[in-house]
Formats: sequence, structure tokens, C-alpha cells
Amino acid sequence: MSIVFERPKALSDVLMHYCPGCTHGIAHRLVAEVLDELGVCDNTVGVAPVGCAVFAYNYFECDMIEAAHGRAPAVATGVKRVLPNAVVFTYQGDGDLAAIGTAETVHAATRGENITVIFINNTNYGMTGGQMAPTTLPGQVTTTTPYGRDPKLIGYPIRVCELLSTLTGTAYAERVALNNVKNVRNAKKAIKKAFEYQLAGKGFSIVEILSTCPTNWGMSPVEATKWLEENMIPYYPLGVYKDIGGDK
Amino acid sequence: MADKVLVKGNEALGEAAIAAGCRFFFGYPITPQTELSEYMAKRMPKIGGTFLQAESEIAAINMVLGAASAGARAMTSSSSPGISLKGEGISYIAGSDLPAVIVNIQRGGPGLGGIQPSQSDYFQATKGGGHGDYHLIVLAPNSVQEIVSLTFDAFDLADLYRMPVMILGDGMLGQMMEPVVFPEHSERVLPEKTWATNTTKGLRKKNIINSLYIKPDVLEKINFERYARYAEVEKKEARFEGYLLEDAELVITAYGATSRISRNAVNALREKGIKAGLLRPITLWPFPKEAYQAAAKTAKAFLTVEMSMGQMIEDVRLAIDCARPVHFCGRTGGMIPTPGEIEAKAEEIARAF
Repeated sequence: MSIVFERPKALSDVLMHYCPGCTHGIAHRLVAEVLDELGVCDNTVGVAPVGCAVFAYNYFECDMIEAAHGRAPAVATGVKRVLPNAVVFTYQGDGDLAAIGTAETVHAATRGENITVIFINNTNYGMTGGQMAPTTLPGQVTTTTPYGRDPKLIGYPIRVCELLSTLTGTAYAERVALNNVKNVRNAKKAIKKAFEYQLAGKGFSIVEILSTCPTNWGMSPVEATKWLEENMIPYYPLGVYKDIGGDK
Repeated sequence: MADKVLVKGNEALGEAAIAAGCRFFFGYPITPQTELSEYMAKRMPKIGGTFLQAESEIAAINMVLGAASAGARAMTSSSSPGISLKGEGISYIAGSDLPAVIVNIQRGGPGLGGIQPSQSDYFQATKGGGHGDYHLIVLAPNSVQEIVSLTFDAFDLADLYRMPVMILGDGMLGQMMEPVVFPEHSERVLPEKTWATNTTKGLRKKNIINSLYIKPDVLEKINFERYARYAEVEKKEARFEGYLLEDAELVITAYGATSRISRNAVNALREKGIKAGLLRPITLWPFPKEAYQAAAKTAKAFLTVEMSMGQMIEDVRLAIDCARPVHFCGRTGGMIPTPGEIEAKAEEIARAF
């Protein structure tokens, strides 16, 4: 009998701590599948963030480092400079990447640091219980925006792919979503391309993954998926924001 | 043996780091350590090393964390306000049991303070600086030649004990030029870095560099283990220099640049018939407590000389368990104590003997 579905070898055989319906698990799996397909897991160093994915160091079979909040791109830079032929990726959430780690993110991109960033955008700080993130949508209720995010008081959500696409060092930036099978397949293609660009030495690559957070959004997984489609995708349109193509 | 060359403290430190095998330097400009970054920017590309100017002190120390995780000898340098920013990363490096070398060429504080020499980061260097239960090994050179030798030691000690080492200088040492010899570096026998996250290559299980232990009993155990290592460091690595201590009734104690001013004061006091001596800690952590206890046998009083409002003085009192009076002579804000000021204070103390 042939095996048609199994755990990727790059994904550790452990129980994940993620909440039911959370899409971190899918994102992890996609990254692991790509590491397997490219045959690079044993030549990879991953950097975990602070936030919901803080335990990512337990979930991938490659060497892993747990960074301080927001500092993963700086840590990844240090690793990559020592091991230029290794595959180096960070896996970060929106608070980590787009608030406390904005400087590290922007400067790793503008240096054209040859690393891959997997960016989970679920519009809130999940691990601490659902506070406002830099990606929280106008009007969205979180525990620190109990009356809804008011742009007059606290400004507007950051569109990370658009921002980074203006930088010369960014080789590839794409926004994907994990709301249906078609988009999950697209997400995997984007992740694979990002890692391939790194292998080809093209520079900084980022895949922003619109993700659901049913627990902190106070929704069922099905409702959360619908909310992502109706609210997140209009503000954060899916697509390729930067692609230097094959000839750098 | 190499030739003697006239070189600035900051640049000597850079060359010594390279000679010690450091090939990764992550810097950020700040007076009065900028020459070190500039020197590394010039030298590293020529020897196949990496100099990277980070976007911030925070990023620089985290790049060091990454490079150290990958198994390399890595260094960053800054001056006081920048070291405050590095505090987070230093805590993570300590908590992740990584070797790294951090240079602080101190300037006056608090806040933006000034750009003149200071020793007011003693507490920050020896008592923490970042959060949590941890220590740095803190080395305090007092000459350009000693900057060279302690830089060699810094990398070896960091690797040997898997902990961050700080070279604590000041603007005076960083900026002064002195003739130095760069000796051949003979590394201690050091353990292999089997813990490094330098990719599994399919030959071993994955390594994890981490400072997170969510279960309190596990974190406590890890901290106990780290402190057992610190106890070994305290036992084996405390260093000091004694000068005319054998019969000293007044023990002047100072580290770094102020120890040289104090030495002049000791000579002048001896000429005046006052039995003064100098105890210079070379390691500020571990603090050479036993040397102070030994000095207390002849000493009637201690006098600490610092370019601060009085920070090391607390460790001197603790080292001798307050068995003798410990006086203070210091200047702050970038002002430098003169031998005359130290002599005057010493004579005032000695009159009461």
C-alpha cells in the first residue's frame, strides 16, 4: 500500500501547543514540506520569535534558535553571516515583526540579507491573550482596544509586504492566506519560492501569511475563516508585492 | 616575538580580537569607542572576516547572539548608553549559555551624559545590566598592552565557560596611544562547540539555542547549574595586581585608568612616609575578594578611587565584610581625579591612624 499523506520529515513528531482552529499548524507544515522538498532541512537554521510561535524551536527538525521579541532578523543575520551556505529562516508573528522588531525587519530587508522570513499576520498578540497588534484592523476589538481600534487615537494597521516592497534589498514579498485549500496551496508555492530565492542568493524574501486566531477573536474556526475573508483580505490584499525575478 | 607598535587603545582591542580569532564584529557608532568599529570596518574585509554596521545597538548584540549560536567568535562594542540598549541581548546571551565578547568604553552618565571617560557603569557591568539571574565575566585593563592580553583572555574565557565576557574600559584607555606588542596567541584547550546551531548536516540530532524554560522547576535547575559554573569561575578566574601591599596600612584600590593615577599617588605617599599600597582588581567579576581579605590583615583603612559617585566601593566593603573603614575618592561626569586629590584624601585618612 502506498503512503499518500504523512508528517513531513522536517516537522518534529511532538504535540503542538496551538489552539484548535489556529492556522500556525498549517503554516508550520508548509514550511516543513518545503524544507523536505528542497532537501535542505539538515542544512537549515530556524529562528523562533516571541509570541504564539515561541515554541517553534520544538517543532522543526533543523537547528533552531529562540530569539528575543522582534530580534529574529538580527539573530538570523548573525547566523547567515557565519554560515552563508546554510538556509536561514525566521518565523515571526505580527507583534514581533511589525511592532517591537520593525527596525530589525526593515534593516534586514534593506541589507538584502539572504534569509527567508515567514510572517504570520493574525491581527493580534495571541500569546498574551489578544491585544492590539500593529496589524489590528480599524474598529477591531481586542483587549487593549476594547471599544475597537480607533485610527484617530492609535493610527492605522501596517501593511508589511507593501512597506518592504519599496526596499531595494527585498527580493521577494508575497502575501498569502490560509483560509481555503486553494490559498493554502498558493501559500506553499510562495514559501517554496522564498526559500528557492534564498538558495539562489537573491536576497531578502518574506511571505506574509494571513492567519486565523479563533481563540482571541472569540469565534469558531469556521467563523474565523469567514472573518479573515471578509475583513483581512480587503485590507491586506493577497498577491506578489515584490519579485526581482530570476536574473539577479 | 613581534615588534613594538604605537597604537590607540580602541584599535589595539580590535587587532587583538582579530588575533584571537574573532571574525565577526557587529558595531554601531558611539563616542568614545567609534575607532574600534572603524578599525574593524577597515581590517575585517582584508582577512576574510565580517564587519557589519547594525541598525542599532540592539540589533548588533542580537547579531552577536546569532553568530555565537553558529559557533563563531563574535564581538560587539559600544559606550555606556549603547550598552544599556544591549542589556536585553546580553541577558539572552547569558540565558542561552553562549560565548560572546562585549566591549564597553565607558563615558559619563546617566542618560546621554557626556563623552569623557567614566567608570560609572560598574554596577551595570558587574551586577546585571539586563534582567534575570546571570553574570558576565568583567575584565578591566589599565593599559593598551593589557587591553591586548585581556582581549585574548576574553574570547578564551567566553568559550571555556560559555558565557558573555565584557571588557570594561573607559574613554581614556580607548583614546590613549601606547607602545604594545601583539604576542602570538596560544589559545587555551577549549571544549568543542557541540551545542552550536551550525546545521545538523544529517550527522546529529538538532541543537536548540534557547533561554525559555516555561516550567519554574526546570528554570530553577538551569539557573542552579549556571551558578555552579559561575562558582567555578569565581574560584579560578579572579585576578588582581598588588603594588606595595605587603606592609600597606592604607590600601588604595582602583581599576582601569584610575589605577594608574592611584599608583602615582601611592608612590608620592610612600615618599611622605605613609605606608600606602595599591590593590587593582583586573577582574571586576569575579571580584578578587581574597586579595582584599589578605590586604585587610595589614590595612587600617581602604580608599577606593573611581570615576563615579562610588560603585566598586560596595564590593570592597563586602569583600572585607566591613572589617575596615572604606573611604572614597572619586570624580564623576567625565572628570578625572588627580594624584593630588587622591594624596590629599589619603593623608586625611592616615592622620587618624
